[in-house]
Amino acid sequence: MADVMTRLDPDTRAAARGLSDLSIRNLFIIPTIAFLIIFNVFPLIYSLATAFTDYRASTSAESNWVGLANFRELLSDPNIWRNFTITAKYVIISVTGQVFVGFGLAMLLNRPIPLKGLITTLLLLPMMMSPAVVGLFWKLLYDPSFGIINYFLGLGKFEWLADPQMALYAVAIVDIWMWSPFVMLLSLAGLSAVPKHLYEAAEIDRAGPFYTFFRITLPLVAPILMIAIIFRTMEAFKTFDHAYILSTQPTTELIAIRLYKMAFLEWQTGMSSAFAYIVLIVVVAITNIYVKYLNKAKAR
Amino acid sequence: MAEVKTKGEVIFNRAAVIAVLIALVIMLTPIFWIAATAFKPRNLATTAPPTVFFEPTLSPFAKLFTKRSQLREPVEEATYEAAPWWEKLVFDGGEQVVRNKKTGEATSSGYGNRYLNSLIVSIISTFLAVSMGTITAYGFSRFRVPGEQDWLFFILSTRMLPPIVVAIPMFLMYRAVGLYDTHIGLIILYTAFNLSFAVWIMKGFIDEIPREYEEAALVDGYTRLQAFRKIVLPEALTGIAATAVFCFITAWNEYAFALMMTSRNAQTAPPYIPSQVGSGLSDWTVIASGAFLFLVPVAIFTFLLRNHLLRGMSFGAIRK
Repeated sequence: MADVMTRLDPDTRAAARGLSDLSIRNLFIIPTIAFLIIFNVFPLIYSLATAFTDYRASTSAESNWVGLANFRELLSDPNIWRNFTITAKYVIISVTGQVFVGFGLAMLLNRPIPLKGLITTLLLLPMMMSPAVVGLFWKLLYDPSFGIINYFLGLGKFEWLADPQMALYAVAIVDIWMWSPFVMLLSLAGLSAVPKHLYEAAEIDRAGPFYTFFRITLPLVAPILMIAIIFRTMEAFKTFDHAYILSTQPTTELIAIRLYKMAFLEWQTGMSSAFAYIVLIVVVAITNIYVKYLNKAKAR
Repeated sequence: MAEVKTKGEVIFNRAAVIAVLIALVIMLTPIFWIAATAFKPRNLATTAPPTVFFEPTLSPFAKLFTKRSQLREPVEEATYEAAPWWEKLVFDGGEQVVRNKKTGEATSSGYGNRYLNSLIVSIISTFLAVSMGTITAYGFSRFRVPGEQDWLFFILSTRMLPPIVVAIPMFLMYRAVGLYDTHIGLIILYTAFNLSFAVWIMKGFIDEIPREYEEAALVDGYTRLQAFRKIVLPEALTGIAATAVFCFITAWNEYAFALMMTSRNAQTAPPYIPSQVGSGLSDWTVIASGAFLFLVPVAIFTFLLRNHLLRGMSFGAIRK
């Protein structure tokens, strides 16, 4: 029976067995793609149309076509540029911190450490938590009068969140706490992939630890570390949850927070759609870098 | 680097162990503090210096689930004795549970409902995302799809948008079609959010299942769908489980959409807990108990999932 089936031409065979491969493929793929288009692409088209109007979702007033006015106003608004500067600063601080802490932890864990599996798992806990709940709790930890951070560091009544200079660092520290484990995880994967014989060869050549690190370990881990950096940069750029809960200062107003306020507290729907588009263009640019490096790393 | 030989290396290794332990303590202290505060009596939550040793109480949990008012005068003996045990905990904290005047039932704080909303939305959206993701991944893995790489990139790219950017038009659309503040509305959003992830991870898992298994089944007279159900699905089960837990955690932790797309009826716990901080003197023990209960499922899943974490978090990106 099986022999007969395989010898028949594909169409007849499919007909004899129910659905053809082609229709199964379409049945399996098209709903997902359609779903994603409806819930991702369609809203973007919708908001593109809104971006050229003065629509406000809080009133029933007719919206007017204003052309490029929204974009012109946004791009000439120094406050928006300040939001971008703050975000850039925040991204640099938190990603740098995560790379140092995460890669450092990975280097330590790459040695023969007892209970390594358990320790690694425990270190992963922060990144599995809800950023909003985490942000809330750090508010208690940062409290100037009864927070444990000031107590353990002996800082007295140091203001973490109310000090305009410090607040952005305080928000970044939470991000570093949450996401260093991610960098650690990727670095560990990278470190375990470094061929052992290279170290053996270095040992035979009596290479020092610095030489081994900078000439063998780092170059071989670099591609995967780069992926971690780009990934975290993209994510840090979008930061909203914990930052929104922690920040009370204009100095911590990241782009996502400004966008949220503009859209849902000030109800400048048209203007915020235009702003969202500017942000989108920046994200697409970052994403392109990401994909470029991703392909490079994959091709290796 | 695995073997330790010289004396210098032994010392170096001990130093590494100590450094790891210090790092572990630092990383876990905030979580420990959440857990500890959730079991403190109110007066010990905000002390300087911080209280580390205390007699644990369940009163924050009793308070978390009920609406309360401050006690003006001590409770009468008879009332105290007649109250259920959890209400006694509240009395001891100097508060009293607000009861419905007609039915005499304790008034709920809303946390229970929010927690339930979180469960409903996370479980259903996870189920949808994983089932759709699995079959789509199978489609991409086994059949020739024109422009396959482009489609896969499109699927991945939907995840790269900042949620706030999509939230504005979604809010307008949801309000127009009546999905605002509904469970279905959030479920759809979280499914869309997790679907791209599920497709990518599942494709990685399914690619690893040898095609020969199904081909053998096809030769034996199975249809394509039967082969998928009886051969591929069981083989992909660990992958499906790992993906499901990831999708669940993402949906469970989501804050931004829940904040913007819900108000009372369908709101989940992440926007609710912060809203209880308020501007006055907030009861941190109650907030901590809410946060603690919310973190428990994630902590459990992290342990169940530990071996799959790398693969999932790296998004299938670093897979060769």
